[in-house]
Amino acid sequence: MAATVEQIERKILGKVRPHQTQNEGLVFEKSAPGKRGYKLPPLDVPEVDAKAELGAAYREDKAGLPELSEIEIIRHFTRLSTWNYAIDLGMYPLGSCTMKYNPRVNEFVARIEGLAEAHPYRPESLAQGILEVIDLLQRCLIEITGMDTITLQPAAGAHGEFTGILLVRAWHESRGNARRKIIIPDSAHGTNPATAAICGYQVENLKSNPQGGIDLEALERQVDEDTAALMLTNPSTLGVFENEIHKIADILHAKGALLYMDGANMNALVGKVRPGDFGVDVMHLNLHKTFSTPHGGGGPGSGPVACKKFLEPFLPTPVLLKKDGNLHWEYDRPQSVGRVRAFYGNTGMFIRALAYILANGPDGLRQTTEDAVLNANYIRKNLEDLYDLPYKTPSMHEVVFSDKRQAAKGVKTGDIAKRLIDYGFHPYTVSFPLIVHGALMIEPTESESLEELDLFIEAMRSIAKEVEETPELVKSAPHSTRVSRLDEVQAARKPVLRWRPESK
Amino acid sequence: MLKAIGAKAIDDLFAIIPAEYRLTRDLDVPRQQGESEIVSYFKAAGQKNATDYASFLGAGCYRHYRPVVIDSLVQRGEFLTSYTPYQAEITQGTLQAIFEFQTMIAELTGMDVANASMYDGSTGAAEAVLMAMRVTGRQKAVVASTVHPEYREVLQTYLRYRDLPTAEIGYVPDTGRVDLDALAAAVTDETAAVLVQSPNFFGVIEDIPAIAEIAHKKGALLIVSIAEAVSLGIVRPPVEADIVSMEAQSFGVALSYGGPFCGVIAAKEQYLRQMPGRLAGQTVDGNGNRGFVLTLSTREQHIRREKATSNICTNQALVALMATIFLTVYGKEGIRELAEHNLAKAHYAASALSAGAGVKLLFGASPRFHEFVLQTEESAAQWTQRLLDEKIVGGLDLSRWYPELKNATLWCATEVTARETIDQAAKVLAAAPVEA
Repeated sequence: MAATVEQIERKILGKVRPHQTQNEGLVFEKSAPGKRGYKLPPLDVPEVDAKAELGAAYREDKAGLPELSEIEIIRHFTRLSTWNYAIDLGMYPLGSCTMKYNPRVNEFVARIEGLAEAHPYRPESLAQGILEVIDLLQRCLIEITGMDTITLQPAAGAHGEFTGILLVRAWHESRGNARRKIIIPDSAHGTNPATAAICGYQVENLKSNPQGGIDLEALERQVDEDTAALMLTNPSTLGVFENEIHKIADILHAKGALLYMDGANMNALVGKVRPGDFGVDVMHLNLHKTFSTPHGGGGPGSGPVACKKFLEPFLPTPVLLKKDGNLHWEYDRPQSVGRVRAFYGNTGMFIRALAYILANGPDGLRQTTEDAVLNANYIRKNLEDLYDLPYKTPSMHEVVFSDKRQAAKGVKTGDIAKRLIDYGFHPYTVSFPLIVHGALMIEPTESESLEELDLFIEAMRSIAKEVEETPELVKSAPHSTRVSRLDEVQAARKPVLRWRPESK
Repeated sequence: MLKAIGAKAIDDLFAIIPAEYRLTRDLDVPRQQGESEIVSYFKAAGQKNATDYASFLGAGCYRHYRPVVIDSLVQRGEFLTSYTPYQAEITQGTLQAIFEFQTMIAELTGMDVANASMYDGSTGAAEAVLMAMRVTGRQKAVVASTVHPEYREVLQTYLRYRDLPTAEIGYVPDTGRVDLDALAAAVTDETAAVLVQSPNFFGVIEDIPAIAEIAHKKGALLIVSIAEAVSLGIVRPPVEADIVSMEAQSFGVALSYGGPFCGVIAAKEQYLRQMPGRLAGQTVDGNGNRGFVLTLSTREQHIRREKATSNICTNQALVALMATIFLTVYGKEGIRELAEHNLAKAHYAASALSAGAGVKLLFGASPRFHEFVLQTEESAAQWTQRLLDEKIVGGLDLSRWYPELKNATLWCATEVTARETIDQAAKVLAAAPVEA
């Protein structure tokens, strides 16, 4: 008895109901000459003849920027915003992305005048306030990771990886041999091999064992005197803790290779176990994942790199030191890998991350981790009868299913993901990690209440039923969005990457 | 919940972690604090930073007025707490805003296309050089010494393990502009890219058409780095360039002690497929409605892994949104007017500050935007304290990067620099103590 799409939409989707969204053209299409959203104060110095002043460097034409009034600007961007899903609207179970609540106090304190308006070149005597914030965050992150030292300069996770592998390489070079290759498990994020390549290393793939973890025997065979490091995500992208992590570190260290940890999944470890204690030599953190700074539609992030003492001489310049009771930037670092960014990093994110640490304290940080793991396991328990669980190993903060059972009906992970949208949720991470065919990677984070988790489980169970009864409904989802199944092939084949006046 | 899972205690869920590594104590971080305590802590830190100083600092980080609507809009949770727009159906807001950003950057820079953002101006410039290397298949770069010194340092770090030697080209002492003869001599058939900055680190606008001719004659690409984006309101865009790498911090982004800022790479269309970073593109959905998606992602690390154009993943999306809103607020006429104000303030400041005996304006005959170099008879350390006593932070000492420029400092005046402050600083500078 096939119900129509409409009947089903009205009947079962308890969490959401369709409502109107405003149409809105491009900002350029709303522009009209003479409209203004600004007013400059009168100039208190004499005007200059720009054309005479600049000569050949004078800009004759004006850039084709839009002209709108203030209310039109507010409406334009507000309307656009309503087309987005966000953590503030509901659970955002993107595996490996740690979409946790972004506390508003973080936003408030990052905008405090003395911090937000500090110029990076102001004299250090006038910057002790912000330097103390940076120093305290550094000390907290060192304690949380169990490492010895840290740089906050990298602007994002991938930038942190780059910095970390530069440290690895500089250390090997200081011992006379940069070595040739970096070993990366097949479950790794794409940034890992891309990073190794830009640091001049060959990438050697390491096949996961049947439990989805590191195959120690294979690792032992692969690690040699040419191996610079293993880049390991722990817990892995399957959400599985490498319980033989100490043996992994031993295998590497025995051959003089280092253990790099991708800290993307640190939300499963904070307060419970420290990478520095289990043999990691160098790692990066994602402040925009574990430490609650907002993702902002794709950034800014922040990717601090923590490491053991022996890598300290190679840290990017400058490093923050205390001298005569004052904090100052030290530039004289002869063995440094150099700068990875102008100034000192995404400082605004440091303020937010520290606010998060202060709001939690030791108890809160531990409980956050426990709740994140509890939530993931609760989802696993409540969905494992309907979705295939390719690896039975205990889950930490995320759980990875496969679409094996649904695929038999012709429904893929991407379809189920799109159908979730109709139920008022953001999709989970689709088709990653690559070692799971048709992966559904679900990370609820600690932020979700039992009620929200139950709604999500209910949605996933309902979709599993739809796959059995009305697979077409799932395959053609989403049905409730402004746009559906955009033509990505056309977008890539004939790229239109900007608006042009003639296309008006 | 534990019962539902079949666990007795929360620690059962962590049993897989070998016991010897489990942390059995509290982390040694400050105790849990209430919201009011957190706010107090950061307010105190802000006050310790001293907020009541006027400043002439620029050098890649510029103080401009930030219209209030920027923060009203970027703090909407739908923008703030959304992820990278991979699921296009429920991220059309972010995607359309990126598309608008790309268009505005292309319009301003005179390039065909722009990406969704890079970390900042320094990493953007380094990535632009790597991009030129992929486009040309060549392995050498020529870099002007008038490019921001920290940008050059970042470039060296990026090239460290690339076997990509760089030659550095100096400037003409009188003009502060790239030495064109030296440049012509350095650019060869093996040069992938010539990297210059305009306005350059001294605030001087480079002769882009002449530099382009030198680069193109040998088949090298010209990369122009722009650290002060507001300059494009009145300075001719570098249309002869092949790639423009810009820092968009000036477009409504707080100084924030150096970050987060917003880099962006713009280029001629034919180099599109070698561009790093995300791109939003226009397309249609099943019903023929216009929509936007992230596109050409086969360049990127999540598809290409070690063969990607860059390892960049997270970028500076929300900061790019700030820039987009800023540019919408000012618009076509406003960005020009704003640039004119900056030009006028800097013009006034350069004359006023160099009026006193013992103060000289360097590169005075060259076209400038809103920064200028002063050379004083006194060392910077001597007058710096006198200015600080008046609650003014003076120009930036250049000797750490340009030892040949003795007692030279880099000053910046923007639309927010008050005439009063300029006059007061001029008085202090001129008041060198009489030598005993």
